[in-house]
Amino acid sequence: MKSTGTKKYIWRKSKNVLMTSLSILSGVIVILPLILIFYYALAQGVSALNLDFFTKMPKPVGELGGGMANALVGTAILIGLGSLVGLPVGIFAGIYLAEYGDNPFGSSVRFLTDVQSGVPSIVIGVVAYILFVLPMKHFSALAGGAALGLLMIPTVTRTTEEMIRLVPHSYREASLALGVPRWKTTLRVILPTALKGITTGVLLAVARAAGETAPLLFTALGNRFWSTSIDQPIGSLTVFIYDYAKAPFEDWNRQAWAAAFVLIALIFILNVVFRIVTRNKYAER
Amino acid sequence: MGGEPKSISPPIRVSPAALPPRRNLGDFVFKYLTMLFAIVVFSIVFLMAFEMYKGSQPSIGEFGWKFLTNTTWDPVQDSYGALPYIYGTVVSSLLALIIAVPLGLGVAVLLSELTPGWIETPMSFLVELLAGIPSIVYGLWGIFVLVPWLRASVEPFLAKSLGYLPFFKGAAYGFGMLAAGVILAIMILPIIVSISRDVLKSIPNSQREAALALGATKWESTKIVLSGARSGILGAALLGLGRALGETMAVTMVIGNRPDISASLFNPAYSMASVIANEFSEATSELYVSSLIEIALILFVVTIILNACARLIVWSVTRKFQTA
Repeated sequence: MKSTGTKKYIWRKSKNVLMTSLSILSGVIVILPLILIFYYALAQGVSALNLDFFTKMPKPVGELGGGMANALVGTAILIGLGSLVGLPVGIFAGIYLAEYGDNPFGSSVRFLTDVQSGVPSIVIGVVAYILFVLPMKHFSALAGGAALGLLMIPTVTRTTEEMIRLVPHSYREASLALGVPRWKTTLRVILPTALKGITTGVLLAVARAAGETAPLLFTALGNRFWSTSIDQPIGSLTVFIYDYAKAPFEDWNRQAWAAAFVLIALIFILNVVFRIVTRNKYAER
Repeated sequence: MGGEPKSISPPIRVSPAALPPRRNLGDFVFKYLTMLFAIVVFSIVFLMAFEMYKGSQPSIGEFGWKFLTNTTWDPVQDSYGALPYIYGTVVSSLLALIIAVPLGLGVAVLLSELTPGWIETPMSFLVELLAGIPSIVYGLWGIFVLVPWLRASVEPFLAKSLGYLPFFKGAAYGFGMLAAGVILAIMILPIIVSISRDVLKSIPNSQREAALALGATKWESTKIVLSGARSGILGAALLGLGRALGETMAVTMVIGNRPDISASLFNPAYSMASVIANEFSEATSELYVSSLIEIALILFVVTIILNACARLIVWSVTRKFQTA
């Protein structure tokens, strides 16, 4: 009787150990690709990264060297245009959700932003194509910017809302108790307090948009030449990575890695900053 | 200073409810201004649906439901059927789920049940970072690291050990369904991990304590927690599926881009998002563009439905335990 009990106990214990180790193993497997991607981006990217990358134009096929100056400017213009569309809409909608959104309309907006953030970015690109490229009859930076703007809206909206909700309620009460109208309370007390969080959160959304490729393929299209006109096709880092990765030239592949490294570094830094900023906010409560 | 002395109004006693509501023009303007933007956000989904529906009219009118079952995609004859793309998208996404769900669940258990906070925070951060890496970088890594590895080691090994199954037959190209499934699995892991971790964490501690107090091992108490979180985990898997279905760049770069339907995972395939990415800017005829828009519309509708269901499930699970 006792021996079967002990046996069962050992069986249960070993099962426990087995499942724990499986769980730890899956943790290792999940982190592994991250480390590998970082490793390759570092190993391949840094060696290709030099001043030329940032200042020179792409060289014609067959010539070594050159850089992606036009793509860097292009990405900047595209996310600038996107921010022009996405940030005001997202931030104001976020303020509405945090301040007045505790009603069925607010909940449905919240639900729709969640659902919308799951819409594939390529579909957003198709919509931007229908709205901008078809009527204008040619590809343009404007269409690409609009696609990125549409993409940003859900994230910006929800980040703004969450950051405002982190502001302690006593701040609001103190201001209202002094007779300050609600809108002034929001603009002068709540928003400045939440500003750090909103800024970094929004920057994170912008950085994600900068990493998007699919919606740009048939809106901004890509351009190997210098262009700052928003009416014309424009190059971007991500589309360059795509073209250079597929190309059979080693030098282009290296440059693709360099561009990838720049993107990852940007997102990594913003992620860390966002973490630090929001952690302080939590501690305040 | 002259003038009449200011009259001092006598104190009036009224209950606050009898007072007219305080109106402030600024409040009114501010509220409705922000509401306007909320309405914009609200209507975007409907605008997108409407525009794509309109854009795909020629194709819907020409092919009807046959669009979903036809296998020819011929721009020369202007005849389009999306089945190979649908097949590629569905199979690669399911493959990704098969790989990612057990792994993701393992990590979620690790994070919510087993590790102390000082491991959990950096680990969660790393998983978040994994979610932040752009799709194109995954694709780049896929082309230069994953695909050569699959071609040289994994596919020959699978062919040798499991070659009697129809899934592991044929030449090891590297580029193909398997590569797409693996890269998708890596990409959807973060969302599966973070959602199932949140769901597991929402299960009240009393359940774990009760199990442990009865002499259960850690794993046995985890099993109880898992069974309580079942529907939430389903929600996490659905969200991951939604991500996988629409993922474009990484898949386009490793799937091989050949519209074939074959059982073997080694063979190149094609996906709905990939065909849009590759052919949209070169589509010439109206019907061609419209067919591609219809594919986008299908993707849109499917991901919207999946996401809505998943969000509702996750939301109802976490809420149930919050109020309890």
